[in-house]
Amino acid sequence: MVDFNRFTLANGLKVLVHEDPTTPMAVLNILYDVGARDEDPEKTGFAHLFEHLMFGGSVNVPNYDEPLQRVGGENNAFTSNDITNYYITLPSENIETAFWLESDRMLSLAFSEKSLDTQKNVVSEEFKQRYLNQPYGDVWLKLRPLAYKKHAYRWATIGKELPHIENATIDDVKAFFKKHYTPQNAILVVGGNVKTEEVKKLAEKWFEPIPAGDKYERNLIQEDVQTAARQETVKANVPLNAIYVAFKMPGRLNADYYAFDLLSDILSRGQSSRLYNSLLKEQKLFSDINAYISSSLDAGLFIVEGKLVEGVSVETAEKAIWVELEKLKSELVTADELTKVKNKVESVLVFSEMSLLDKAMNLAYYELLGNADLLNQESEEFLKVTAEDIKRISNETFGREQSSTLYYLTEEHA
Amino acid sequence: MLNRQVAPDFKQVSTINFIQPTHRTLSNNVPVYTIYSGEQDLVRIEFIFNNVNWNVEKPLQAIAVSSLINNGTTKFSAKEIAEKIDFYGAFFQTEYVQDQSTVTLYTLNKHLAAVLPIVKNVLTDSQFPQEEIDLYIQNQKQKLQVNLKKNDMLARKEFAHALFGDTAYGVDIQANHYDGLQRDDLTSYFKAAYAPDNCTIIVSGKFEDTSFELLNNGFGRDWEPGNAKKNDFSFSIAPKAVIYKERPDALQSAIRIGKLAVNRAHEDFPGLQILNTVLGGYFGSRLMNNIREDKGYTYGIGSGISSLQGAGYLFIATEVGAEVCAAALIEIYKEIEILKSELVGNEELTLVKNYMLGSMLGSLENVFSHADKFKNIHFFGLGYDYYQNYIAKVKAITAEDIQALANKYLNTEDFTEVVVGKK
Repeated sequence: MVDFNRFTLANGLKVLVHEDPTTPMAVLNILYDVGARDEDPEKTGFAHLFEHLMFGGSVNVPNYDEPLQRVGGENNAFTSNDITNYYITLPSENIETAFWLESDRMLSLAFSEKSLDTQKNVVSEEFKQRYLNQPYGDVWLKLRPLAYKKHAYRWATIGKELPHIENATIDDVKAFFKKHYTPQNAILVVGGNVKTEEVKKLAEKWFEPIPAGDKYERNLIQEDVQTAARQETVKANVPLNAIYVAFKMPGRLNADYYAFDLLSDILSRGQSSRLYNSLLKEQKLFSDINAYISSSLDAGLFIVEGKLVEGVSVETAEKAIWVELEKLKSELVTADELTKVKNKVESVLVFSEMSLLDKAMNLAYYELLGNADLLNQESEEFLKVTAEDIKRISNETFGREQSSTLYYLTEEHA
Repeated sequence: MLNRQVAPDFKQVSTINFIQPTHRTLSNNVPVYTIYSGEQDLVRIEFIFNNVNWNVEKPLQAIAVSSLINNGTTKFSAKEIAEKIDFYGAFFQTEYVQDQSTVTLYTLNKHLAAVLPIVKNVLTDSQFPQEEIDLYIQNQKQKLQVNLKKNDMLARKEFAHALFGDTAYGVDIQANHYDGLQRDDLTSYFKAAYAPDNCTIIVSGKFEDTSFELLNNGFGRDWEPGNAKKNDFSFSIAPKAVIYKERPDALQSAIRIGKLAVNRAHEDFPGLQILNTVLGGYFGSRLMNNIREDKGYTYGIGSGISSLQGAGYLFIATEVGAEVCAAALIEIYKEIEILKSELVGNEELTLVKNYMLGSMLGSLENVFSHADKFKNIHFFGLGYDYYQNYIAKVKAITAEDIQALANKYLNTEDFTEVVVGKK
């Protein structure tokens, strides 16, 4: 159970407070309701590049990191297709420093050309390090545009291609800031050794004077229902053949989300899971096999991926995956199997409450979903899932016409 | 009127409280250290075994046993073991690191009594079926092929081998090592090492006396002693070595440079940690400021010092654009020279001190972190005065001390420099 108090400032900023007196630390987490899905298709990767620029100094504070380190704090941030999330951890007695730094960059950035130039380079190197210079690193750059034809999920957060990052201008940066980085578009969570009254005073002092700005109205083109199987083959300098199958599934707020999460667990969570035992251990077709969901806010993906044992044909391996999926469509999962994944989820939820930062991030994310209290209802939602639900969603999801399959092959097999 | 240009007041961290363990022993003398916290109704139990009986002809013995230990006993198959653990929502993990192999159980307390017997069965009756070994060999060789395509992984392997040669710390594992794995070698290593006389148990969480009784009933008896001879090491600093693995199609080059130093048991270690922080140990470090934030050569660069039981070493690691690799190396060495020839300024030193104290406080996030802090000292024969001394050292160290340490430990004449990619 993660308790919290909640209030909203006059400029529309939502604030949540989680009091945890067992720690001497505090966390200040701020979620901006903007991600790669809000980007211009010709300027992809921008939300993430912008995240880097948030550390390049703000209107009154030329350096963001130094003053925080000086008070014993640390910070970081991440960007996804849906959100951009920034967080600070520091000794709770120095919490005001976090308010000062975080509010100043919500007020306005310094918009330094030097910072833009440097971070374009840094992000280009990140692009190379994580996506281009790694075996299989560019899979998602291929799989997204295969699975999505209209929706902005067709590109990855890093962007479609390096030139999109290299061509960013300071005017783009200013426009993005004005459009998305407003109090109305953000959720602030303060957690740890703090008191709600104190947080309220500090929030009113540092954040309330920030102008509300214009509300960003999201109007994304949604993906059409997929009606035909898609397939693509990529050849690259990798040692093993791999296969990726992506199915369309509903967005995060759909009532079946929890059933999908458990379904992916049944298939591949741990060494008792179906795919691991059947495809890796018994049939020895894969040396690595996984199923997971993308958990995105708009319609997402259910992915099955694996690396093939040398000498096994892609067709054989793919067929074996389908046999497992067909089983889920025709037979109910056993009571033990369902209890097992539910018990696992229960454990994970309890263990996740040991991290203050995780609690703060989760509160912010669930508040974005509509109500932070959903976090505390998750356990029940998982318990409600039945074997019939699993069978039903398997039938709704695992159809060829809804699948996008990527063969990622070694060049020698070309 | 709110003046946003002035930083709010702040305090340096003054006290840091460590939760110290209670020490008990099982009936067969296995030591059990418990870090107690009643916040959540869960527990983590770590069974820690020293890596022993090193045999250079069989370098994968300990690693393979650690990976395969839960793959079948006389009572249960691999799948049955996994199903039993998973059914109770518990987590069974094995980990091999240079000095130790650890079997860890995470569970909610309500399931402890149900899962402990399974762990006992695994730790005392593991059979290493040939079929599982064959599958392991096949899949590990495939993983190795993928890893060898990663420049940073290759740099890491080359660097360790240059520093530590064909020892447990440095042996350069190749596919043929996997081919040589024999079932007999695994079962004999298992009997020798996974034994009560080579085991330390560290428990963290809400662990009550009744739980200790469960643990003692399970592991305090019917567990044969082993035949373990602790690995011992002695290393000397090698002269400068430059290792270059060219990858013509590399977009980035992986750089890893460093040398042997001292481990946690040495009096210089806390000072060295401070020196390391200034150089590359945090986001505001000199290497990050220069090579990422000023030049934009990399997504990240860092330095670290590693404390093993038989050695300590320091290293700098990064992946940089292939076209700027040579320039990045020059800047790295330049930053080292500056630390040796110039005093760290007062502003920077104060910042680093405050940062390190805050970081230490923040690293004690929960009961597991407190247990990790205990392990850091216990296995080096140190007590909690190590941390008091560390905190005092961070508060008291001077710019002159840091410069002296830089001159003592950052002699680039005997650095090992590994580059994988292009330069």
